[in-house]
Amino acid sequence: MPTDNAPPKISLQGVRKSFEKDGRTLEVISDLSFDVRDSEFVAIVGPSGCGKTTLMNIICGFLQPDTGAVLVDGKPRTEPNKKGILITQQGSVFPWLTVRQNLLFGLPDDVPERERLAHEYADLVGLKGFENNYPHELSGGMLKRCEIARALVVKPEILYMDEPFSALDALMSLRMQNELLRILAKERHTVLLITHDVEEAVHLADRILVLSPRPARIQASFDVNLPHPRRVSSPEAQALRVAILKELGVSETG
Amino acid sequence: MKGLRHSWPSIVVAAVLVAVWWVTVVVTKSVIFPTPAKVVEGTMELARDGSLWEHIGSSLMRVGAGFGLAVLLAIPLGFWMGRVHGAFVTMNPIFQILRPISPIAWIPIAILWFGVGNASAIYLIFIASVFPMIVQTTVGVHTIEKRFLRAADNFDVSRDKFFLQVILPASLPQIITGMRIGLGVAWLVVVAAEMIALRSGLGYMIMDARNAGNRYDLVVAGMIIIGLIGLALDGIMRLLESMKIVRWRYAH
Repeated sequence: MPTDNAPPKISLQGVRKSFEKDGRTLEVISDLSFDVRDSEFVAIVGPSGCGKTTLMNIICGFLQPDTGAVLVDGKPRTEPNKKGILITQQGSVFPWLTVRQNLLFGLPDDVPERERLAHEYADLVGLKGFENNYPHELSGGMLKRCEIARALVVKPEILYMDEPFSALDALMSLRMQNELLRILAKERHTVLLITHDVEEAVHLADRILVLSPRPARIQASFDVNLPHPRRVSSPEAQALRVAILKELGVSETG
Repeated sequence: MKGLRHSWPSIVVAAVLVAVWWVTVVVTKSVIFPTPAKVVEGTMELARDGSLWEHIGSSLMRVGAGFGLAVLLAIPLGFWMGRVHGAFVTMNPIFQILRPISPIAWIPIAILWFGVGNASAIYLIFIASVFPMIVQTTVGVHTIEKRFLRAADNFDVSRDKFFLQVILPASLPQIITGMRIGLGVAWLVVVAAEMIALRSGLGYMIMDARNAGNRYDLVVAGMIIIGLIGLALDGIMRLLESMKIVRWRYAH
């Protein structure tokens, strides 16, 4: 397909962001530029406190950069919209709505068969039979499934994931990663994942960007040319993991 | 059964208090302070001639009217102040000054404006209950977590849906708390208002019993009835807290 002249799905151009703190200016992001292609899964890893969440909020449109721009499909984006849905670590499933009502939330009333759609996505993430439950009646993993279903049901082109599985235990996190891959194999989305978990990035992403400590810049970029399903314990994946950790200043032997 | 197991200590304490009261009155040979039996007798007398029900009805009607008007004003105003920063910074200082003024202090002005009658009492109840509800509604809106507001933003929903499915249910637990406080204060105030400016209601009944021949049995009966009705009103508000749509706030 000749998609060479199509603009990248997401394009960051010279994004900078500082905050005022105690009268001092704290530069959080310094001149950040990168592109994400359509249907690409890009993971951004970086040390804690390097401004990953600020970056995500800028990309989604919840914060404005001081200078620079975020383009989606070649057009500047200033406000969040349904084209890209954010999934965060804390989650934002509305506790006062049932699973079903949460799934219907993003679907305007004039969407044909919205009830059926909500049902279908509840089924897709394995929440069939829990549609009339309230979030406080669900486990952490089920809550995450609900959030993913609520995002997918509006057919977003982009999924923004900010440490989506960090609040889950290791086993559930791995299970959710597999679940996500299974869903992405069914319906393709562009995904931008921010994580501090290198293994998670190697497991999921097509490309991994390593951020420097604050102020955040792109320090390195790795293509992950491993077919799915991946085994994170394979020598290639391990070599990649070690290389990324080295960029982050962690040596395995040390 | 479970309810009984939890409440038996309070039943025992209440019984002890009644016993102490009874013994004290008998031992001191008080001619004016009634024994519990006298109080029950007096209550029966009022219930039989129907005046007790009329007084209870008058008090509840006034509370219903004053509290109802306060709800109608306070909740929309609270939402407005919660969502619109300019409204909050303008109105909040005024309410913060008005709120600590005891509703009792408004009695002279209420009589001046509304005369001696129902309107005065309803106004006092309104004044007493409107501020806590404004404040709690505003707090309810202000304390909605950012992650929920952002999620709502992200899905581009209509204003109506944003209000009905995010702002309203998210602040509902605080609104109900405000209503509980408001109704509690309203019930305190109605009695005070009736003691001064009215000729019916439980407050009036108490004052009238004392003025018309030191009927302290009826005074005490009135007090106990006020307490029991206050408890029942609070129970109704607690039922609201157990609604499914607010249970998330109290779960965990």
